Order: sequence, then structure tokens, then C-alpha cells
Amino acid sequence: MKVWQCVVCGFIYDEKVGLPEEGIKPGTAWADIPESWACPDCGVAKADFEMVEV
Amino acid sequence: MNPIVVLGSGLAGYTVIRELRKLNRDIPITLVSRDSGDYYSKPMLSNAFAQHKDATNLVLNSATEMAKQLDIQLFTHTEVGAIHRADKKLETSVGTLHYDRLVLALGADPIRILLQGDAANEVMSVNDLADYAELREALNGVKSIAIMGGGLIGCEFANDWAAAGCAVTVIDPGAYPLASLMPEQAGTQLLQPLAQLGVTWRFGTSIQRMDKAATGYTLTLAGDSTLNADLVISAVGLRPRTQLANDAGLAINRGIVVDEQLRSNDASIFALGDCAEIQGKVQPFVLPIMHAGRALARVLNGEAAKVQFPAMPVVVKTPAHPVAVAPVARDAVGAWKELASGHGVKMGFFDGQNKMIGFVLTGEFAGERSEMTKLLAV
Repeated sequence: MKVWQCVVCGFIYDEKVGLPEEGIKPGTAWADIPESWACPDCGVAKADFEMVEV
Repeated sequence: MNPIVVLGSGLAGYTVIRELRKLNRDIPITLVSRDSGDYYSKPMLSNAFAQHKDATNLVLNSATEMAKQLDIQLFTHTEVGAIHRADKKLETSVGTLHYDRLVLALGADPIRILLQGDAANEVMSVNDLADYAELREALNGVKSIAIMGGGLIGCEFANDWAAAGCAVTVIDPGAYPLASLMPEQAGTQLLQPLAQLGVTWRFGTSIQRMDKAATGYTLTLAGDSTLNADLVISAVGLRPRTQLANDAGLAINRGIVVDEQLRSNDASIFALGDCAEIQGKVQPFVLPIMHAGRALARVLNGEAAKVQFPAMPVVVKTPAHPVAVAPVARDAVGAWKELASGHGVKMGFFDGQNKMIGFVLTGEFAGERSEMTKLLAV
């Protein structure tokens, strides 16, 4: 399980936690999130996330 | 070969470099910044205080990390005095720099409104990380804050500081919050939720004088009413930084004029971000910058790319009453229609052919942003 961070606004996507409020179940790998997904905080595209170490 | 030189280390400058590096690892790139060159998220400046974040917490990557990651030569705290286009060189505080192509990502300056009074020059504004550091210092022990401007930044700050326990007064000559982005029925939705948090709204007036008081300042508003505040913040808008480009003879309108390839009237000089006017529009928001950065990276890499902007909704970070808006141009022909009502509004802007070309979602509807964006006719 990895953690990803939006390079624009710092929003964190944690694969372990998912985003249940957006219908993304806990444990959803980043690769399985659709390309059309956008950061819930700032709206940038999936391509603008980077992996961060925790 | 001389490098591509990028002026400015904000989101625009770093985005174009990051995107170019994805396409080309060999091309030499130099970044010149007048500040620290640390990479941070500008949108976070307006919701960092309630989260107890100081300026150092907001740095996502230090300048050194960025330079290494992106394999660039980086000059920080460096001022650029002039662009000599004929010789393709820059006069800077660290000497002469030659460029093959030049990217202007200079940003914008906060607009300052001239006030009377003995403390008129103590108005603060928050437009970059250094400003935020200064603000954090000034906020120590502050109980009341006056904000000039009830637009996007004014509302975000008001929400953040009120949530942190400050008494916030927002002063705006207009009639309601976010007036440049949305109709009155939508903007007024913010009044009550933010008031409950501790925000006092003063519309239809403006600060005329700012004088030192026993503690803080006395502000005199048009109509002669007064109020006291420990701190005064100006959030009335941004003006593109065009001086350097203007001195070099580049075409300027509101911003540095560039075409759909982000190219100015000098074929070797490009501009993007808050300083640029792309196809007649200055769009100082995150998404337009990301799209422009991506297109410019391809152009710099020798491709025949053009920037194409999809629908780009703007999110207003007011957790007390969240807002997402796909604004329409001031001169757009059509009408706003209410699509649903509840705790907030859901409205669309429909043109003459009954196509939805803009929307605003507030409160309980704010989460429908991506569905609504798909319905937009672009």
C-alpha cells in the first residue's frame, strides 16, 4: 500500500484508506483509479500526483 | 547549447520544467527565482492557519531537492534587471545569463488600494510563501482582522482565520461575496455560514483611512463609520507582472500577450501563469496553469502543440460552505437557472442554444463538481 500526494495542493491519497466518500474503497491501488479522476481539493488530474514516502 | 531559462519558481515555472523533463532529460534548463525557490502549494496558503501550519510546513520540496530532482541549474534570490533580446541574454544580480529560449513565469503582484492615514502602508497581503511567513509572525496574539475584498482569496482567508478563532471583518464595495465569479443567489449562500463562524460582512463600502490606535488600527470606512482591527489584509486582486517584458519591448495588454503556443511576439520568448495573457485571457488559477505548462513543455520540446483549455471549475476553499464554480465570461450571453435547491444552490448558466456553459455549486451540492463538469459544453 502506497501513499500519493497531489503536487499542487498537497492532498494525500492513501491506498490503504481509499476515498470512500468518492466511492473509492479502502485498499484501492492508485493504478486502479480512473484517469479521469481529479484531486478533490484542487481539481488537478491524476497525472499530477506523486508518490510520497511516509 | 544555451539553456532554456525559466524566470519564476511558482507553480507555473516548476510545472513547465517538470513536464518538459518528462519529455526530455537532456535539454539544459536554468531556473532563476527571486525568492527561495522552495516548492510549495500556493492554494494551501489560504487554509494553512487553522491547520496550525507555518511557512516551513508548507514547503513540499526544498529548492535543492527540486534542482536535483529536475536536473536543473537553479539561481535563487536572484533578480533579473533586463532582457536583451537581440543577444538572447539576461542581466541578473548574478551576472549575465544566455538563453536559447526564455520562459516568463513571473507571477502577479497584489493590487494595492491607496488609503489615507498614518498606518496606510501597514496593510498586508499574502501572495507567496514569504508573505505567509510574515503573516504568521504578525498573527501572534491577534484577535481581530479586517480583510479588504470579498472575492475568492478574501473568503478563503476569512473562513480560515475565523475557524482559528479570530474575529474577521470582510469589507467590499460590492453587494455580496464572490461577486466576480457567480450570481447573487449563489454568492449570498456564504453569508450566514461564515457569519456563524465569526465573520462580519461589510458590503457596499470600503476602507478610506487606516490610523494607528492604542492597540491595532482604527479603520474609517466610506460613510464615516469606524472599526478597529489588529491586522488589515488586502485581497482585492492581482496584477500581472509585466514590467520586465514591457521594458524588453514585448507585447503587453493586461498580461504578457502570448498565443496558443504560449509564444510572445518574440519567437524565443514564452509566458505562462499569472503574468500571461493567453488568447486574450488572464487566468490566475491552478488548472489553467497546469494545462499551459503541459502545452508549453511540448512546444519547447519541438512539438507543434497548442494549449487547449477544457472546462476548468474553480474550487473556493470555504469549508463552512464549500463552493465550486465554472465561471462564465462577464460578457457571456445567456442566463443562470436554478437546477436544485437545498442547503446551498445548484445553478447552471445556459447560452442562447440552451447549452450549459457555466455552473455554480455550493453547500451540499459542491461535491457534484465532476459530474457537472462533464455536462459542460466547451
